[in-house]
Amino acid sequence: MTPALTVRGLTTGYGGAPVLHDVTLEVEPGALVALVGANGAGKSTLLRAVSGLLPLAAGTVALAGDDLHGVGVEDRARRGLAHVPEGRGVVVELTVDENLHLGGLAAHRSASARRAAVDEVYALFPSLDRRRAALGHQLSGGERQMLAIGRALVARPRVLLLDEPSLGLAPQVVAQIMALLRTRCDDGLAVLLAEQNVAAALSVADGGVVLDLGRVVAARPARDLAHDEALRHAYLGF
Amino acid sequence: MDRFVFLVGGGVARGTVLALFALSLVLIWRAARIVNFAAGAMAVVAAYVAVGVAQATGGWWWGALAGVVAGGLLGAAVERGLMRYATTPLGGVILAIGLVMVLQSALGIVAGPQHVPVAPPVSDQPWSLGGVPVGSPYDVLVVAVALGLMLGLRLLFTRTTLGLRLRASAFAPEVSRLLGVRVARMRTVAWALASAVAALAALLLLPTELGLNPHATDVLFVLAFTVAVVGGLDSPGGALVGGIGVGVLMSLVTGYLGAGVTPIAVLALLVVVLLVRPQGLVAGVEARRA
Repeated sequence: MTPALTVRGLTTGYGGAPVLHDVTLEVEPGALVALVGANGAGKSTLLRAVSGLLPLAAGTVALAGDDLHGVGVEDRARRGLAHVPEGRGVVVELTVDENLHLGGLAAHRSASARRAAVDEVYALFPSLDRRRAALGHQLSGGERQMLAIGRALVARPRVLLLDEPSLGLAPQVVAQIMALLRTRCDDGLAVLLAEQNVAAALSVADGGVVLDLGRVVAARPARDLAHDEALRHAYLGF
Repeated sequence: MDRFVFLVGGGVARGTVLALFALSLVLIWRAARIVNFAAGAMAVVAAYVAVGVAQATGGWWWGALAGVVAGGLLGAAVERGLMRYATTPLGGVILAIGLVMVLQSALGIVAGPQHVPVAPPVSDQPWSLGGVPVGSPYDVLVVAVALGLMLGLRLLFTRTTLGLRLRASAFAPEVSRLLGVRVARMRTVAWALASAVAALAALLLLPTELGLNPHATDVLFVLAFTVAVVGGLDSPGGALVGGIGVGVLMSLVTGYLGAGVTPIAVLALLVVVLLVRPQGLVAGVEARRA
């Protein structure tokens, strides 16, 4: 089967020395891969490079086998690559409903199709349904995270890049989000989840990739990583 | 009291024009975080097109339509050819000031420095109510066009997918790109819209001024900039409130204290607002959250 997302030999940075070196990983359709590592390991940088926000110094990124070289950020989104950035990226000046419709503009040309996709998200997140008219800045941290994930799902993407969704959230909200991700993967969505909450991420992930100082130091099934005590102590801090 | 009513009526008419022009500045500020110091000069170029078409066709409305279209096209061209390359807000300001010099010099060469009289499309003679002048048909036209356009823009921004794209691009450009919104294109659209609005504001003002010349909107720009700051640079509603407020203030000060005091009154209002409420009278969400 062609992987939903393929990253090969990716090297990138912010102008000076590279932050990521020769990173290679794959995410199969329907798989959830946890990208873990200490703060500063390069997890967010990798997601930004995959979605096109950062240019590559070397390497390739492919979506369902199609090389994305020369494809801009907007067109990657239109091809089915969704990226929920760190800090959630909710447009706080827009209402919940507007944020969700914004997520569907590129994927659904007709208003009725967009409405249907938005309603599916409301069914997933009833708390958002109750706050349709609330502005983004009026939401709690958990509601903002749900909105950011829901907005990405409105486009019905093939691959979802998710950056630190648990940051600053209560454990029960984190558990709810992780369970939702698992369900969406079971429906065929491929997820690359960058997460510092390693235990929560590995508990729902199929595979795990450990980054340290911009290099992949381990890539294994999530269960193996969770039980590798030496690796956990050396790179994951628990 | 009669005099007061007359002055307030005239102030509202002038204030809505100021509000329109300030709205143009607000639209560009929200889209690109640049104060478009070239807005006045660009509007004058559009006004020359309008006057030329009006003279050729004999119809003010054809001229107005041509001027608004020319303003929009010029705005798009300026964004695509110039402002897109401004990497800092200061760079944008410097480019805009340079553009003012180029446009005004070019107009001086092509059209000359003389004032071209511009007649209003309807009478500007005030009606009399019990012997009290209460505003003219042209005042009514100005207020109706300005308020109608503002209502139309509000509907565009709040009820259409283009408006949603424009707002999202202005508020959160990176997130919008990640959602597939072509932010660079939206910025061009915002410049085109804003410049068309400024062109219309200039066209509405010209019949009440000395006439069209390369510097015809210099004062309008300064006043509209004051209005935008007073209302809140991020707030279209603030442009309306600030525009009518400044227009009425100018009219009352001119009527009771003399025209020489008016610039001082406007400047004093600007200073007071900057000291007491620097985010503007009608702050946007970002300012309110701060």
